[in-house]
Formats: sequence, structure tokens, C-alpha cells
Amino acid sequence: MEFETIICFETHVELDTRSKLFCTCPVMHDAPPNTNICPICTGHPGVLPVVNRKAVEYAIRAGLALNCRINPISRFARKNYFYPDLPKGYQISQYETPFCEDGYLEIETDNGPYPVGIKRIHLEEDAGKLIHSTDSFESSTYSLVDFNRASVPLLEIVNDHERNPIRSATEARTYLETLRQLLIHIGISRCIMEKGQMRCDVNISLKKRGEKGFGNRTEIKNMSSFKAIVDALNYEIERQRKIIIRGDIPKQETRLFDEKRRITVPMRTKEDAPDYRYFPDPDLVEIQIDEKLIEEIRSQMPELPQKRLIRLVDQYGISKDEAAIIIKERKITDFFEEAAKFCKDTKRLSRWIINELFRLLKENSLTITMSPITPRTFSQLIELLTNGEITDPIGKIVLEEMIKSGKDPFTIIREKELQPLEESNLVEIVREVLNKNRDIIRKIISGDPRPINFLVGQVMKSTGSKADPKEARKIIEELISKGPPKE
Amino acid sequence: MELYNLSAYTLSRMLKRGEVSSKEITLSLLKRIDELDKKINAYITVEAQRAISMAEEADRRLKSGYLPSPLNGIPVAIKDNICTEGMRTTCGSMILKNYIPPYDATVVERLKRAGCVILGKTNLDEFGMGSSNENSAFGPARNPFNTDYVTGGSSGGSAAAVASGEAIIALGTDTGGSIRLPSAYCGVVGFKPTYGRVSRFGLISYASSLDQIGTITKDVRDCAMLLNIISGYDPLDSTSFNTDCPDFVSFLTGDIKGVKIGIPREYFVEGLDSRIEEKIQDAIELFKGLGAEIVDISLPHSKYAISTYYLIATAEASSNLARYDGVKFGYRAMENVSDILSMYEKTRAEGFGKEVKRRIMLGTYVLSAGYYDAYYLKALKVRRLIKEDFDRAFEKVDCLIAPVSPCLPFKIGEKMDDPIQMYLVDVYTVSVNLSGLPAVSIRCGEIEGFPVAFQLIGRAFDEGMLLRIADTYEREIKGNNYGI
Repeated sequence: MEFETIICFETHVELDTRSKLFCTCPVMHDAPPNTNICPICTGHPGVLPVVNRKAVEYAIRAGLALNCRINPISRFARKNYFYPDLPKGYQISQYETPFCEDGYLEIETDNGPYPVGIKRIHLEEDAGKLIHSTDSFESSTYSLVDFNRASVPLLEIVNDHERNPIRSATEARTYLETLRQLLIHIGISRCIMEKGQMRCDVNISLKKRGEKGFGNRTEIKNMSSFKAIVDALNYEIERQRKIIIRGDIPKQETRLFDEKRRITVPMRTKEDAPDYRYFPDPDLVEIQIDEKLIEEIRSQMPELPQKRLIRLVDQYGISKDEAAIIIKERKITDFFEEAAKFCKDTKRLSRWIINELFRLLKENSLTITMSPITPRTFSQLIELLTNGEITDPIGKIVLEEMIKSGKDPFTIIREKELQPLEESNLVEIVREVLNKNRDIIRKIISGDPRPINFLVGQVMKSTGSKADPKEARKIIEELISKGPPKE
Repeated sequence: MELYNLSAYTLSRMLKRGEVSSKEITLSLLKRIDELDKKINAYITVEAQRAISMAEEADRRLKSGYLPSPLNGIPVAIKDNICTEGMRTTCGSMILKNYIPPYDATVVERLKRAGCVILGKTNLDEFGMGSSNENSAFGPARNPFNTDYVTGGSSGGSAAAVASGEAIIALGTDTGGSIRLPSAYCGVVGFKPTYGRVSRFGLISYASSLDQIGTITKDVRDCAMLLNIISGYDPLDSTSFNTDCPDFVSFLTGDIKGVKIGIPREYFVEGLDSRIEEKIQDAIELFKGLGAEIVDISLPHSKYAISTYYLIATAEASSNLARYDGVKFGYRAMENVSDILSMYEKTRAEGFGKEVKRRIMLGTYVLSAGYYDAYYLKALKVRRLIKEDFDRAFEKVDCLIAPVSPCLPFKIGEKMDDPIQMYLVDVYTVSVNLSGLPAVSIRCGEIEGFPVAFQLIGRAFDEGMLLRIADTYEREIKGNNYGI
């Protein structure tokens, strides 16, 4: 039996605004509990929400990047339910008229590009955080609430299960990676999953190939990484497949992903699904979005990653694979393009970013923005290498020092005395090396050229890698060709 | 005449001339409250010390020649569903019995900036839900004309306080008639401004799309002066209207020649006490005599107003009151609580009164899956029709005249077992809220020792017209009797 898989994400991303969605409290991670709160975001009696304009602009920016229709009139709605982390007893979200609808995100698949359908994008507020005295609510004697996160703006991006749904766990991963990259690129979210800035619930259903309609879907919650999502999906596809093969129908239910056991477990059935009693929030007026505003937002939109990738290849002559690595993070792409302004050899630049800079950043647990290396100092290093003023091994030493001290390459070379050797000095050093290795020279003269590499290595060692290995080899060969060393 | 019986306008002139101090006025009121409020129960909270020190500050300002507003030094009573920083705000409910707001409502901030003295917080039906002030966790406010009778609700405390000389001026709130009805029953001037004219920030929500803060005063001039202070755009309230506010006092010209007053025929039908109708007819005659033109008007959808109101108001209330869950502030049930759900249930069961629970249940039902379209959505459509009735009427007339209540004040306890009878008391007032219009309740006589009133309903943001007509009427009638 062959199956079609239909996967729809509800992706929540935290918008990178300075203040919260409905009050002026700052959005700040890692602040001490309940320090970024006010009567409004803690739902005191009598307070009213006022929508953050920036958050609305970001929602529209996302909508444009995801090829959506921007609704001329949008409304906020209340989603009513009780939970201790929800200060007002309702969440301000959107229901009937979200900001954006009916778009798509193109992803790369083995069979070429595929436009994954986006049903809607809406804006809503986050809830606070519960900290239980034990590891579960039920077994805790008390629980604490931190409202710092309450009313932080979230964008919910919902896939379309009818129009171009995601069809496999692999596509799911590509979709999420492409989406994450896009949202970071357009500057509306940092999408750091570990910090909960990107969270997904996923709906999944199976049907026999060619069958009309849809099978019962399960919603999976509680996945905190792309790997967890892929694992949960693979587990769930297999679970549902087995149920259908044995002639049963999967239940429509919500399931939780168990991180430890890597399986999904039932949470609640359709019958227990809460009635959220959505209705338009009477405290907030309709938001009208006219063409002028949309054009303004469109004009401020940074170049989208897919377009930028093509341009990187064209403009800098780097390979598509290299460009794909460079473009993964917007900050890296910006760094590359800024450094490229001062570099003759942009291929060398991209190679050094991918091979050397990434390695050093990783070793030092740094991000590009945290590291003291600037596009300017990095380009100086690349120019020194391109002009042959320093060797690759010296370049690596200089880069390591740059990341530690933040100094520019010229200063480092001067201070560490890493200047290339004068030729006469090099000849002198080669002579010394040859004098110590007479046996080897004899071997070479007798017709075995292989030990020359050893001699080059010895020269490099005694010059602290400052010698150009090609140059060293040339001198060695010259000296040896003049005949065997005198005793 | 005692200071507490004077109007804010008179007192402000005396203050300016140095004939009296704000402290003397405040003390006179505090003494009056002390003597009388055991009987009237108009106040839930009076903070004498705070009031006196605010009065002293007002006197210092006066001495230094700085007058932040004409009402500098005038004591104000505030309905207890409007937040006052550091001063208990109960909403007439057990669930907020000890709630002390960390912030001032925008209107309170404006009053403070204007130099007013905050006297205390007045009694009300719990969360503004009621027409008699009997649904208060602090006992009913009592009608100054006969303390066995209701004040009307929900701003019963503010109306009774102004009527009995326990306050000079007061703030009330009007969701379905809650300023106009108690003002009518207590014989004072109750003004409900256009929705969006006065900021709701800090008003504890009952039904957000209907709630509006307004004034309760002894006369129309005080009303205009108080409106001048509390009105205006507030960036903290998205539903507040960003438009210039006129000087409301400037409308008090005493001339209504050529003004067109409409009589909505659907408001003068069976169910209206014929004696009240007669008094209103007298007023209409008087307006004719003053040069107004009287026009017959039809508001055909009036009969749906009560049902529409109770669907929309309860739906919004069921959501607005969800925050009282015992987690963050207010009352929390502590005994026999085993988990979060039982904490919620017991807190709300013990914290809310009967009528509030009734409306939460009704509203929850109205918004439930499968009923939303049939009730809530339909109510929104009818609301639009009701508003369009008014739009058409205001193409022909400048204002409408109508009864406030179909009946006289009733005895405390009389209608408590029959919620439908109680809801029908609002039959003439709720349309105004559904349409977001301004309206003012004006006393027009006395029956069986109780005051009777009519209301004037105006175009949105045309409060000036209502003030002009009401003031002209008041000048003609004169000699107000402010109760005991």
C-alpha cells in the first residue's frame, strides 16, 4: 500500500521588536523573573492593549516575503482559556481576519523547487512561563509564574493542508530551515530555537495514494529542535501507517513528543479539544492596511535569500555550494559582502570564511557578531595572502591572533615578527638544514626525490613557518644540484 | 446653605474669591458622609486623610495663584470600578475586596492634574452588572428620597452621594444605562458621553464595546465643567477618539430656538408608567414654548435592544472577567483546594455574586461553538440596525427625548427574584450604548416623593447640543431640590 503524507506546521516565531505587543515593556531574554512587566502585560483590572506598530509592520514584511495577500482590514480576536501563565484568561490573537493569507514558500527538493502553501500568518501575544517545584505541574506543591514573556509578539505561520502541503519528513526539515533562514534574513526574528524564538506544532495525516479527502490528523506538540521534529514526524508516519495497514483509522488527537523515548504519546482527543470561544477583541479597533503602507514596507525589505544566493554566485564568482553556506546566516552574508569590497580575490575570501573563520568561531564558541574580527580586518588578511606577503600557515596564525586580541593583521605580524624572510636569510637557513642532513642529500642525489619534502618541512620548522614552502623547495633543489655537500 | 449642598461652580467661585478653602469644603463633606452614609451606603471606601491632604495641596496652589483648572480644590467621588493608584478599588465585588491598583485610570490622572480632591470610591452593582445597586458585595446604596428604595444602578453610590450632599460631583460609568438610571432615581444630572470621548483606560471592564465613563452632578453647568476635564483622546485607549474637544461650558447659551427635538414613538408605549409619560409631555411642551421644533420619529428596531444588549454585554463580560482567577491579584480560595482547576472553581464560585455568575454563564454560552452565529453574530447585526435607526433619526432632528426608566424607583428586594423584570428597567437606556451615542438624564418633576427624569439622546460627539438643551431646560425649571 502506498501512502501520501500531509504535513502542516503551525510555526511560532518571536518577533525581534524592542517592546512587547500591547505595552511598552522591553522584550528581553534572560532578565530576572518578573522584571519586565507592567499592569498591562500582567492583565490588571482596567488596563487596555495598544498594538505595537513595529510588530504589525514585521507581520506584513513576513507576508510579503512569503508571497501572501495582505488583508486591507485585520482584527485581533480573543482566544479564551484558563491557564496560570495567561494573565487575562484570554490570549489576544487573530482569528477570522489575519494580516496575511494564501502565500507560499519555495523549497528545494530532489525533484526541483516546490512551493509549500502558506494558509495564513497572524500576530498574537505570548504567554508567561511556569516554573514548577518538580518536573510536572501535577506533582508540584507550588508553581511560580514569570510574566517577562507575557505579551511578547509572536508570529504564527500556518501551512495549507489543501494547497501544496509538505509531503515528507525531509521536506519538513527543508521547509523549516528555509523558513528560518528567510525570517532571519528579513530581520524580523532571530529564530533561536534554544531560546524558544521559533516553536512548532505540526499536524500530520496519511491517506492512501490517490484517495480523495483527508485522513484523520494528529497534532504533535512539544518539539524543541529540528531533529526532534523530524524524529516525531518519522515516528508518527510509521505509527499511522501501521494503523491504516491493519485496517483501522488513526484517531484525531493531539499528541506530545517524548524527548527521552523519541516517540509521540497521546495528550487529548478531539472530544476533549477546548472551545476557545474566539470573538473580535472589543478593546482593539480594526487595523487598516493600505497600499501605501504595503509599498513602504516592501521598499524597506532586505533582499530575499534565494535572490541573494544567485547574485552572490554572479557577482563574486564563487560556487553555488559556497554561496549556499555563506547565505545560511544573514550576518555571515553581510560580513562576506562587506569584506568583498576590499578584496581582489573573492573566491579566496569565501574559502577562508568557510574553512578557517567558521572553524575558529566554533572553537571559541563565538558568533560572527560577537567576534572582534571585522569585515575590514578580515579583508586585510585576505589581501596579504593574495599578494603573497604572507603564507597560508602564517595567515592561520594571524587569524587566530585576530580572534583573540581583535588586533589588525599588520599589527599582529609586526608584534609577532611574522614578516616573510628575506631571500638571503632563507638561503642561509636552507644551508644549515642541508648541513644537518647529509645522508638525505646523498639519497636524493642517488635518484630518490622523495626526501625533498622532508627537507622542506625542516626548513619550515626552523623558520616558524615564515618561509614560503615553494621558495624553500626551489633553493633546496638549486643547492643540491650544485653537487654533494663538502665534508 | 451648607457647603456640601452647593454646586461645584458656586464653590469654585467662592474658592477663587478666598471665601472658603478646599479643606473646609472637604471637611464639610467628610462630616456629612460620617453622619449620613450609614443610612445611604453610597461609599465603599472613604480615605479622609488622603482627601484632606489633597485639599491642603489645592489650597496651597490657590494661594500661590496657580489654578490648574476651574475645579481645583473641588472634591470628587469616583465609582469604585475606576482604578485609583494606592486606593482600594473593589468593583463592588468580593473578588476584588482587597485589590489596590498600582496605577491611576486616565480620568483619575486628569482629575488629579486638574487639582480635584479624591473623596472616596462609591458603591455600585458588582462589576456594573445591575439596575438597582442591590448586586453589591457591600450592600445596596439607598435612595436619599426614601432609604427603603433602590437608587437605581449600577452607579447608585455616585448618584446617591451627589443627591444627598455626600459629594459635590461624581464619576459614574454607563454600560446600559448605569449613569442615567440612578441619576433619574436620585434626581441628579447624569451624563453618558459618546463612546470614545472619555478614555476607558483604568475603567474595570464589564462590556468593553459599551462601557463609557461619565458624570453625575447637581446641575448641567457642573456637568460641562467636569466633562471638560475628563474628555479627550488617550493614546492608552485604542477606542478613544482622536478629535479636538470643545469647551463644553461654551454650549450653555440658554437658547434653543429652532432646535429640532425628536420623539421616538416606540419609547412611549405600553409598559411606561403613564405618570412619567405625563411629566415628559410637560417638558416637551416647555421645549415647544422655548422655540424648539418637535418631530415624530420612529426607531423601529427598539424592541430588540434589550435582547441584543444582554447577548453582547454578557459575551464580552464572560471574557473580561476571566482574569479573576486567583492567580495574580484579588481573592483566592485557599481551603479544600487540591489543584489548579479546583482553585479556579472555588475562587470564582466564592468571589463572584449571583448576577455576575449568571452573566458569565450566559456570555460563555453565547460565544460557544455552534451558538456563536445564532447569538453573538446575530446580535452584532441587530446592533447595526439599531444604530442605523438613530443615524436616520439624526438626519431629521438634533436630539431625541425619551424616558430613562419605565417605572419609579422600587423597593429594595422587590425585583431581586425576577432578573427579567430587572433587565426590563433598562429598556430605554441600552440602545444608546449599543449605538455609542451621548445621552443625559434630566430631572423633570416628582411623583410620590420620587424624582422623575427624561433623557436627551444626541448625535455622536455632539455632547454640546445635549448640554445646551438640558441647561436651557434647567434654567426654566430652577429651584432644584437635591433630596434630603
